[in-house]
Amino acid sequence: MNFNLTALVPELFFLTLVLVLMIQSLGDRNWQPPVEKWLPFGAGLAFFVSITGFGLHGTMFWDVYKVDLMSQFFKIVMAFGFYVVVLNASRQPTLAEGKRADYYMLLGFSTLGLMLLASAVELITIYLALELASYSMYAIIPLRAKDKGAAEAGIKYILFGAVATALALYGLSYIMAAQHTTHIAELMDKSWAFAENPMAVVGLSLFLAGMFFKLALFPFHFWCPDVYQGASNETAAFVATMPKLGAIVVLCRLAVLLKPGLEITTILAVLGACSMTFGNLSALAQTDLKRLLGFSSVAHAGYIMVGLVSGTPEGIGAAAFYGLAYLLMNLLVFWIVSRVASDGRNLKLADLNGLYKKAPVLAFSLAAGAFALVGLPPTMGFMGKFFLITSAWDHGYNWLVITLVLNSAIAIYYYLSLFRHAFTEEKVPGKVAAPDNGWFASAGAGMLAAAVLLIGILPAPLFNFAIRAGESLYGIVHAVGGAGH
Amino acid sequence: MDFGYPVLTILIAFPLIAACGLFFLRAPQVVRYYTMAASLIECLLAIPLINFQLNADFQFVEQIDWVHKWGLQYYLGVDGISILMVLLTIAVLPLCVMCSWTYIGKREKEFHFCLLFMTSAVLGVFCALDLVLFYVFWEAMLIPMYLLIAVWGGDERKYASLKFFLYTLAGSTLLLAAIVAFRITGGTFSIPELMEMNFSFRFQFWAFLAMALAFAIKVPMFPFHTWLPAAHVQAPSAGSVILAAVLLKMGTYGFLRFCLPLTPAASEYFAPMMIAISIVSILYGGAIALGQSDIKKLVAYSSVGHMGFVTLGIFLFNQRGVEGALFQMLNHGIVTGALFMMIGCVYERSHSRDISKNMGLGKYLPAFMFFWGLMALASFGFPGTNGFVGEILVFVGAFQHSTIIGMLCVPGALLAAAYMFRVSLKMAWGKPSTAAGWRDLNAREWVYLTIPAVFVFWIGLAPTPFFKVIDPSVDKLLNDFDKRKVAVVESEQPLQTAAADVLNVLAGKK
Repeated sequence: MNFNLTALVPELFFLTLVLVLMIQSLGDRNWQPPVEKWLPFGAGLAFFVSITGFGLHGTMFWDVYKVDLMSQFFKIVMAFGFYVVVLNASRQPTLAEGKRADYYMLLGFSTLGLMLLASAVELITIYLALELASYSMYAIIPLRAKDKGAAEAGIKYILFGAVATALALYGLSYIMAAQHTTHIAELMDKSWAFAENPMAVVGLSLFLAGMFFKLALFPFHFWCPDVYQGASNETAAFVATMPKLGAIVVLCRLAVLLKPGLEITTILAVLGACSMTFGNLSALAQTDLKRLLGFSSVAHAGYIMVGLVSGTPEGIGAAAFYGLAYLLMNLLVFWIVSRVASDGRNLKLADLNGLYKKAPVLAFSLAAGAFALVGLPPTMGFMGKFFLITSAWDHGYNWLVITLVLNSAIAIYYYLSLFRHAFTEEKVPGKVAAPDNGWFASAGAGMLAAAVLLIGILPAPLFNFAIRAGESLYGIVHAVGGAGH
Repeated sequence: MDFGYPVLTILIAFPLIAACGLFFLRAPQVVRYYTMAASLIECLLAIPLINFQLNADFQFVEQIDWVHKWGLQYYLGVDGISILMVLLTIAVLPLCVMCSWTYIGKREKEFHFCLLFMTSAVLGVFCALDLVLFYVFWEAMLIPMYLLIAVWGGDERKYASLKFFLYTLAGSTLLLAAIVAFRITGGTFSIPELMEMNFSFRFQFWAFLAMALAFAIKVPMFPFHTWLPAAHVQAPSAGSVILAAVLLKMGTYGFLRFCLPLTPAASEYFAPMMIAISIVSILYGGAIALGQSDIKKLVAYSSVGHMGFVTLGIFLFNQRGVEGALFQMLNHGIVTGALFMMIGCVYERSHSRDISKNMGLGKYLPAFMFFWGLMALASFGFPGTNGFVGEILVFVGAFQHSTIIGMLCVPGALLAAAYMFRVSLKMAWGKPSTAAGWRDLNAREWVYLTIPAVFVFWIGLAPTPFFKVIDPSVDKLLNDFDKRKVAVVESEQPLQTAAADVLNVLAGKK
């Protein structure tokens, strides 16, 4: 068994973090310092550790675990996401006092699972990592004190998740039976045409269902708006962003198998198109903010498919870049949702009325987030969508690109309504808790908004990283510095 | 041409930086003076542009890699077509600040932020030589304009702003599709490079349609014009001024910069349709304007007609027509901008835009009526004013092209005279309602009306310097167009080809 400790530094750091959280959660409830006091520093450090590990590469554990540019790109993004989620949840009003350490431990375990998922290059490993990432989620979604909807959301997530993973496992067995291997690198050389190997194609489709569930892609998206609505705002921020990254990285790896024109690629493209259309059309009718964001994320899952079916390193790079954009945009919007709902309630669109007056920085940041989600320049959302479109055009799925473009036009309406309520509506609904307008809330929102704008204006460095990650999957190797071998 | 420092970047960036400075100010009066100062500095910063050489090259060029992998560049430059638009945009900014001095009663800081932000974005549109950069600026201008209408507009501002936003954004998504298609087919986003390439007719056919829809909505051409009256009527004065003076020009600028040079064969193919739509716009805009009782709506519909002359001039493909179009773009910016500012003046006095509530001004507001009369004359092209120069050129071009087309636009000019005379007569000599107590123009209003008035006479009496600026570029545009429009028409039945193309695209075949 080849094993290289230095290549695993980000994961090991995260593991340590989670173990410390576990010890704190097992111990006395009044342990000092409280978890919110130290964890942000730990999570921040984890982010920097992940950055330092960007150049690591190597294959280990009998070639089931691969540290490469793609995995490191996603690990950095996930570590950043975890950092923001921890900061976002640090003043969670709907979490029982005694459960704080447990809550963060579960978040940490889930993130660790997702990081393992980023490096897993073998189907069984992928499955195990996926389960590790999922089980913690099943536990934290219902953790919303005094809310009946929370339990319902939890049950929905578990049931849908169980079905999806069962399908994935079933599909895995088909692939093993038909292709006699579960290593992606070996699967790359096999045929995935339905005529030649129907069982494998059915198996892969079923296996992908597990990922689609995480990504909330049509038709596995039904849990998404309900869970967002039922879970607390801060938990929803995690569920809406992090597991999707895990799904995206696996899909990026599996997309190498998918050449344009194959039946399975077409299925993916069709699901992507359905996802965009149903997501956007359903979002048009929503008034609950989190439900709206839920349906919007279904649409975004569809956008990502556009890059994946192109069958080029650029397409996969674009999908990875869009994954990052998606994370930032959603964390930004959820950050504002959590701050505006300072008492932890669910927001209606009307709750945003007059936000520009009460909290100008939050309102401005919300504008940046909403316009990024629409895909208006000069935000990251625009650049992400632009790269997706450019990479996919002329690779056999032009109709999908056109669907994306038309869907962007539909989506304008409901994202604009976020902006409209915050900036142009004056009528403030009855007595509700005022938004949290402190320096912490404003600074967090401002920085995330600045990131969304700045990367939108200067996308080149991150995009080049994503492209090189995409190329590394196709075996196009660039010389990079860093430890490992 | 290199001046050692980036003139265009400074022009684009300065308003944006100045806008950020607004966050540190509080008192509304300070905000106004600050923005005024910023807009005047912006005018000073434009002085190096007088080094513009009278040739057809792109000048003041700046070119930096943006996203190398995808060939995106930060690529700016101006030629004879765009420099006038740049100058117009910069000149309109201080006028907008002045005309909203007492008009805007709430959220002054945000209002001026939007004005400055908008100026940056529009300047970017006119300077960009990279398709994606162009698109970025093109879209960025939507947000401040939306806010200008939605926050500071009239009673139906929400409806109007939403309509404006949805219409223009829906149109520009197709523009984005065209941009991507150019990159895939031509291998670059650089506009000057794409201008050198010959695309197949089929490609041009689709690219032209996608771009033309976005531009036609922006112009706006009939039948995509319905957002315009709503937006104009609801927008505050400064918003209407910017909308009329520069925003609508982005559409016609798009036709000149993209459709003619990049898709010449398709432009030629679609020219009859575009000419027909232009003539309908001219006649329809004029006829509807004739029936309005709201002054602002009247001027808004007159814009549809005037812009019809511009698109008509462009699609005549002859020297006079295109020159006339460019002149009309400039004239419409000056004259309609001034008209909207004056509507703001009377609205501040009467709190109504109804013609019947603003009558008898000749006696009580003679100075105002003088300017109004002058702009009204310029608006319908009275000899000696700037409107005449532009309109006569388009007419000459139209008659050169075909007598029938020329004859068809004549009623448009008559309609323009009719509605302008009608409203002016009523405003000047109608039975006074409440005008007796109103004060004539104050010093600030004198300033911001005198400046356009000077241009009305300058362009009207001595247009030669303007010709010198635009002529080389127009020559080059038309020469290139004539050389390359002959490009292969592959099929005798383009509509059948179109149907086949749709099927091919849907099937994922090239």
